[in-house]
Amino acid sequence: MQFWPMVGDLAEGLGTTVAIFALTLLFSLPLGLLVALGRMSRVGVLRQAMRLYISVMRGTPLMLQLFFFYFGPYYLFGWRLGDLGFWGIDYRFIAVIIGFSLNYAAYFAEIYRAGIESIPVGQWEAGKILGFSRVQTFFRIILPQVVKRILPPVTNEVITLVKDTSLAFALSVMEMFTIAKMEAAAHTTMVPFMVAGLFYYVFNFAVAAGMEWFEKRLDYYK
Amino acid sequence: MTDTMLSVEGVRKSFGGTEVLRDISFSVHRGEVFGIIGPSGSGKSTLLRCITQLERVSGGKIAVCGETMVEDGPDGTARYAPPAALRRMGLKIGLVFQNFNLFPHFSVMRNLTEAQIHVLNRPKAEAEEVAAGLLKRMGLESKASAYPCQLSGGQQQRVSIARALALHPEVLCFDEPTSALDPELTGEVLKVIRDLAEQKITMVVVTHEMDFARELADRIIFMDGGVVVESGTADEVISRPRHARTQSFLGRFRR
Repeated sequence: MQFWPMVGDLAEGLGTTVAIFALTLLFSLPLGLLVALGRMSRVGVLRQAMRLYISVMRGTPLMLQLFFFYFGPYYLFGWRLGDLGFWGIDYRFIAVIIGFSLNYAAYFAEIYRAGIESIPVGQWEAGKILGFSRVQTFFRIILPQVVKRILPPVTNEVITLVKDTSLAFALSVMEMFTIAKMEAAAHTTMVPFMVAGLFYYVFNFAVAAGMEWFEKRLDYYK
Repeated sequence: MTDTMLSVEGVRKSFGGTEVLRDISFSVHRGEVFGIIGPSGSGKSTLLRCITQLERVSGGKIAVCGETMVEDGPDGTARYAPPAALRRMGLKIGLVFQNFNLFPHFSVMRNLTEAQIHVLNRPKAEAEEVAAGLLKRMGLESKASAYPCQLSGGQQQRVSIARALALHPEVLCFDEPTSALDPELTGEVLKVIRDLAEQKITMVVVTHEMDFARELADRIIFMDGGVVVESGTADEVISRPRHARTQSFLGRFRR
């Protein structure tokens, strides 16, 4: 086995890993906020529906959920989504993004909820007294303070997500772990795993440093 | 223009089965300082929260500058004005909280300008001019760019008074404005309220500072157990109380 070509293949897979990571955050962070708001809604049906959603997403394996979104459309409805093309994007990749986004949204929702409920009710009351609508109060007064408070638990989830992207190997998406596994099997060597492990570690190191920087930036008030 | 800024008639409020306010009536006139005193749990804060729409009354009538905010409907339950009218009336009544409730993530300046800009749609420059003027009046002109956590309790409370004044309310309510402050800091807040009284700003003040109430309030009500026990001029209620409950309450403030 040649070392540098193998590293090159892994680096290429890292691109897909980063794409899964970034797209999952892009979709799950806003979706999680919506789920959290539904979970705290005054409408009982909505509240119970979001409870069930969170319960199912947290209570079943992410890998099983990935299989569900990949095979479900065909097994349940006979739809061959893979044939549709999706602007040249493999449906496997799309199923991974759907599964990860829906799964992580459930975890983020509970973090948002904890954050929102930790803001003193006096902040809402001050907003109301000053004539802000509930929506204005939420986005101008409450949410910025929530973001500061939830950064540590969000960092935990984001770091877990970096490592969870390796689950995409279950659908044979060509991300870094899938490639490492193939190279290791082809050449009966541990080296690809070790290089992939190093890549994951460096990736997470950068993520943690970024989150720390963000936390410091919000350090200007208590 | 009417001279009655706030009128409260037969207001009732219960939480579950507990009656917190029973048949409260009074009115506040333009330029007057109206004091509300009474022991803890007497309902005075709840009353203030009903006037400022933080709580809904169970019955009775409240009118702001002659406009009805809530009254008894034909079925005996409280009937509120439409949301737009409630919002308009809400802006006529400011509230200074016991524990300030400043926005910690905004600078002092932004605490004062945010609602002016996004609620009253004032241009930013004008809002900052209004805020700067108020900070100067409060002796806080050097603190415009500070954050609330960098200020003392007395300074925070003065910022929160300025924040309420920035919207030019017709009536400014205070909910025990010095109760969360160390004794040496209460003076600077009371001085600000005294200045506002001299400028004839209409105020409703719930307070435990009896000397302050006697000095400043034109009229006072003493509440206990959700009812108005005694009302009159500050001198009448505090210096010559007629009711036994008022006398025993005030007795605790004398040595």
